[in-house]
Amino acid sequence: MQLLETVSALSGSGAMVWLLIAIPLVCSAILMLSGKVADGWGHFLATAAPIASFVIGLILFMQLLGSAADARSINVDLYEWIGTGNWSIGLGLLVDPLSILFVLLITGVGSLIHIYSIGYMAHDERRRRFFAYLNLFIGAMLTLVLANNYLVLFLGWEGVGLASFLLISFWAHKPSAAAAGNKAFIVNRVGDLGLSLAIFSMLAMFGSVRFEDVNAGAAELSPLWATLIGFFLLLAACGKSAQVPLQSWLLDAMEGPTPVSALIHAATMVTAGVYLVVRSNAIYAQTEIATTAVAIVGTVTLLAGAWIGTSKDDIKKVLAGSTMSQIGYMMLAAGLGPIGASFAIFHLITHGAFKANMFLGAGSVMHGMNDDVNMRHFGALAKPMKITFFTFAMGYLAIIGFPFTSGFYSKDHIIEAAFQHNTIIGVLALIGAGVTAYYMTRLMMMTFFGKKRWADDVHPHESPLVMTVPLILLAIASIVAGLFMNGWIQDWLASSTGQEPHNTPLIHFTTIGLITLAVVAVGVLVGWFLHRGDIPRDEPVTKNPLVHAGRNDLYGDAFNEHAIIRPAKGFAGALTSFDRGAVDGVAMGSAAVASGLGAWLRKGQNGLVRSYGLTLSAGIVVLAVVVILGQLG
Amino acid sequence: MTSVLETMIPAPTLEWMELSPLIVLLVAASLGILLEAFVPRASRYVVQSGLAAIAIVAALGLTIANWIDLTPKVAAMGMLALDGPAYVFWAMLLIFGLGGVALFAERALGLGQSAFAASAASVPGSPIEREAEREGREHTEVFPLLLFALFGMMIFAATNNLLVLFVAVEIFSLPLYLLTGMARRRRLLSQEAALKYFLLGSLASAIMLYGVAMLYGYSGGLELARIDAAILASAGSHWLLLGGMLLTSVGLLFKIGAVPFHAWSPDAYMGAPTPVTGFMAVATKTAAVAALLRVFYVALGGLAWDWQLLFAVVAVMTMLLGSTVALAQNDMKRLLAYSSIAHAGFLLVGVVGAVQAGDNVNLSSVAAVAFYLLTYGIATLGAFAIVMMVRRSGGEANSLDAWKGLGKRNPLIAALMTLFLLSFAGIPLTAGFVGKLTVFASAWAGGYGWLVLVAVVMSVIAAFFYLKVVVAMWFSDADDETVGTVETPSLWTWSVLVVSAAATLVLGLIPGGVLSLIADAAQFIR
Repeated sequence: MQLLETVSALSGSGAMVWLLIAIPLVCSAILMLSGKVADGWGHFLATAAPIASFVIGLILFMQLLGSAADARSINVDLYEWIGTGNWSIGLGLLVDPLSILFVLLITGVGSLIHIYSIGYMAHDERRRRFFAYLNLFIGAMLTLVLANNYLVLFLGWEGVGLASFLLISFWAHKPSAAAAGNKAFIVNRVGDLGLSLAIFSMLAMFGSVRFEDVNAGAAELSPLWATLIGFFLLLAACGKSAQVPLQSWLLDAMEGPTPVSALIHAATMVTAGVYLVVRSNAIYAQTEIATTAVAIVGTVTLLAGAWIGTSKDDIKKVLAGSTMSQIGYMMLAAGLGPIGASFAIFHLITHGAFKANMFLGAGSVMHGMNDDVNMRHFGALAKPMKITFFTFAMGYLAIIGFPFTSGFYSKDHIIEAAFQHNTIIGVLALIGAGVTAYYMTRLMMMTFFGKKRWADDVHPHESPLVMTVPLILLAIASIVAGLFMNGWIQDWLASSTGQEPHNTPLIHFTTIGLITLAVVAVGVLVGWFLHRGDIPRDEPVTKNPLVHAGRNDLYGDAFNEHAIIRPAKGFAGALTSFDRGAVDGVAMGSAAVASGLGAWLRKGQNGLVRSYGLTLSAGIVVLAVVVILGQLG
Repeated sequence: MTSVLETMIPAPTLEWMELSPLIVLLVAASLGILLEAFVPRASRYVVQSGLAAIAIVAALGLTIANWIDLTPKVAAMGMLALDGPAYVFWAMLLIFGLGGVALFAERALGLGQSAFAASAASVPGSPIEREAEREGREHTEVFPLLLFALFGMMIFAATNNLLVLFVAVEIFSLPLYLLTGMARRRRLLSQEAALKYFLLGSLASAIMLYGVAMLYGYSGGLELARIDAAILASAGSHWLLLGGMLLTSVGLLFKIGAVPFHAWSPDAYMGAPTPVTGFMAVATKTAAVAALLRVFYVALGGLAWDWQLLFAVVAVMTMLLGSTVALAQNDMKRLLAYSSIAHAGFLLVGVVGAVQAGDNVNLSSVAAVAFYLLTYGIATLGAFAIVMMVRRSGGEANSLDAWKGLGKRNPLIAALMTLFLLSFAGIPLTAGFVGKLTVFASAWAGGYGWLVLVAVVMSVIAAFFYLKVVVAMWFSDADDETVGTVETPSLWTWSVLVVSAAATLVLGLIPGGVLSLIADAAQFIR
């Protein structure tokens, strides 16, 4: 990125960049403030917003396509946010090959999901509010990816967290939905902590948080600081992208309406962590340790997510486990250094298409099945829901990596790159591919094939056109996106990822590629074999510890409960009761030096003042000890 | 005759123009006392509130005029240091004081009565009290008391002499003790709080005076510069100096509300009339932090290694206790009290940095801390204004249950409260975010990265209890038994709300101007 074109916010393309974000945000505000008058037309306005942004994104994309390879970026400084001394933190936006791909993904998939939601939320009395939140999310997510510095990115980061919280707990009358919203918020705050620390480190190291300045200065970082910042960013990425150890919120987040799961918790927001790591590639280039940690986190998560996917009966939770797992692949790729970064983004985009497709398909199934999510109550749905089945099948082929579908290109590249990097990681990624094929086949068999297992009062039917048309478009994208992007994406992203492109022809079967196909075939066969017969309507009791672990989200919640929540509650409780004045005993013990004063106080007063006075005196003793220790040290 | 006197007792040379804000406040406060005696009862309220507001505006105007042609100097025979930081803190104190007057003057809430007792000297529940209530009497002395407190705080923030430091702390504390005990409702609680505050405050002042005496013993002087010079020359016993430093810090940390000297603040915040709580929470903290910065940066700068460690430990304890205990609170005033303890911790994080602006340092610690105080102060005034407005059967409804579903009943007020809470929590695009960013960056630049780490974790915890209130307001359903209603206040409170909300947004969106203003003035005179 040698040539950085900076344009005024008032010029043509400059205005387009901020309009991209402003349109959905303004629409969101209109919907929230307008009250009941907008109930009739609000959702159409809200749907028009991401479409308008998509068109703008497309124009900008064409503009970048037409530019020379090293001049493909538009920088727009809106205004100086915090400018004192030697800080200059601007509200600025950056359109470059990396961010424009995200813009197209967010607004493209986002538009389709808005359209779908018109049908899906047709009978919800708070539909206007739902669309307001969706628009808010689109605006915040665009801010996140279009930021030209980490602080503006942080703004979008918090914004998508807020929108995600609001949408997960959208049906807050269900206690489980409210709890899931809180959990997502809390776990994400842990991730935000990482981002805050990274920003402080950058401000201290470079005096700037602009990507440009950070990338330029990264080479002079000491190895320790590069590693620390790398870990801070990884923590942030783990929170937002539901990577181990901060994965526990994503499965619960499925409490939100299904379009939300498709948009936020599959296609866009959860991939923000991958975006962050790829965007910070200059930092990771300086630190082998942090980069390896990224790859390890990705590998662990891709296996953990796949494991969870194999043992859930809730169709949305299977897909959620699968999302974790696929983002694990992206993380792994991002942790392979420059070589993997563009593959990570490649997989991110194809995944955005095929996973949104499958989530919306699951929503369509639920729509026809009275909002049931239990696959044990499905079966033989291929016939009554032909379009849903057919489009879902396209997503299925893409995720297992069937030759020439989009997942075939994007995932196989990652597995190959992993093998080049480290054989163990390569083998684990390969196993993940097999497990993916297994659990997706299981899902297909339980939902669309076999005997019907639904109750008599359920009448499965195909969804209306407003829902199936987005499905069809996403299904097409699931199949062909790989073909279109395979040869092109490395060149396109070269300036953003600092990678030398290398050749990946369309028809290209390496040994590893063939082995992958064989492993996937085995997974499919096992999945078919185990689920070809009758499936009990109730979850059978299992003694298999692997299945038990999978059903319980690998004990993530139990771990959090025992290792974090209970000790924290105990500590807060102890501190509170200490502060309420039950301090006499403790203070008397620790304040032997102050006891003369204490005795005087006790004579003078009675009641709480006495113990407060003692705390004060004891405090002086404690501080005196600190001062004395400071002298020794 | 006069000439003999002049040779025996030289007339002090005073910088009248520079000291004029102080003089205006003192004259107005004394005049207020006189007016109590001469103005008929019916018109006292208007006269007193008007006089207080005009005096503060005049003092603010004079302060700004002096600030514009700023020549840092030691004034009043070496007693006061009138430098950039003094003007910054004076301006802030006067703005907060004006907000305090506006809240004191609010009479539209709660059956048209002020928040103060009808007859503060009467025994609660006695016939005298009932008679005063019936006649609708009120104490308009609260306005002169506020002016006296403000006068003391301004001296406190500009003190150049440790004895003046002690005198100033007494000048502003005594009116506050009185005001704390003057609540109209729950008078016993209020009086108990006042007594506790008084006793503990006196204890802390006494300890501070002992510290001042030790510093005098060490250096042979009370001027800040003299002590600094003595430390550089290693003039006396190092342990005497350390003891003096420690004990002097106690009085200041007490006023800031830092752990372990915080015990008074939840009780005093809860017992005091809410306008007083709001004023106390911002103005006392501002004055005390200003004095702390001055004493430790100017007089004890040579001892920085020792007090940085001390304050770092205090900051950790303060943030930890404030944030975690606040989680368990269900009373809004108590919650805001613990929140203010947590903020004291964040402020101390900024103090610990002790950096000057320079090559790698963006903002000096003084500027960062001052800006944080400003963001905290405006949001606090706004929050307490709303606490005054949420009521149930005439009195304030401070229980969190009463706030449930406020977003449905009064979206505007709930939205304003949300804005203030988000600013407390340090969410981007609010003033609080920029404030946290500046103090944390200051500590980081001062080499206290670990402290910033702790502070960021604590601010995450602190965000939860603010969120708890936000969730209660917007996402919980009200229970008829406990629901509170938002009463419409007079223009006084509305003006506080509007200004606080606007400032919280402006300082969050475009903090540059104010930050630069403070940064340019953040150099202590030595």
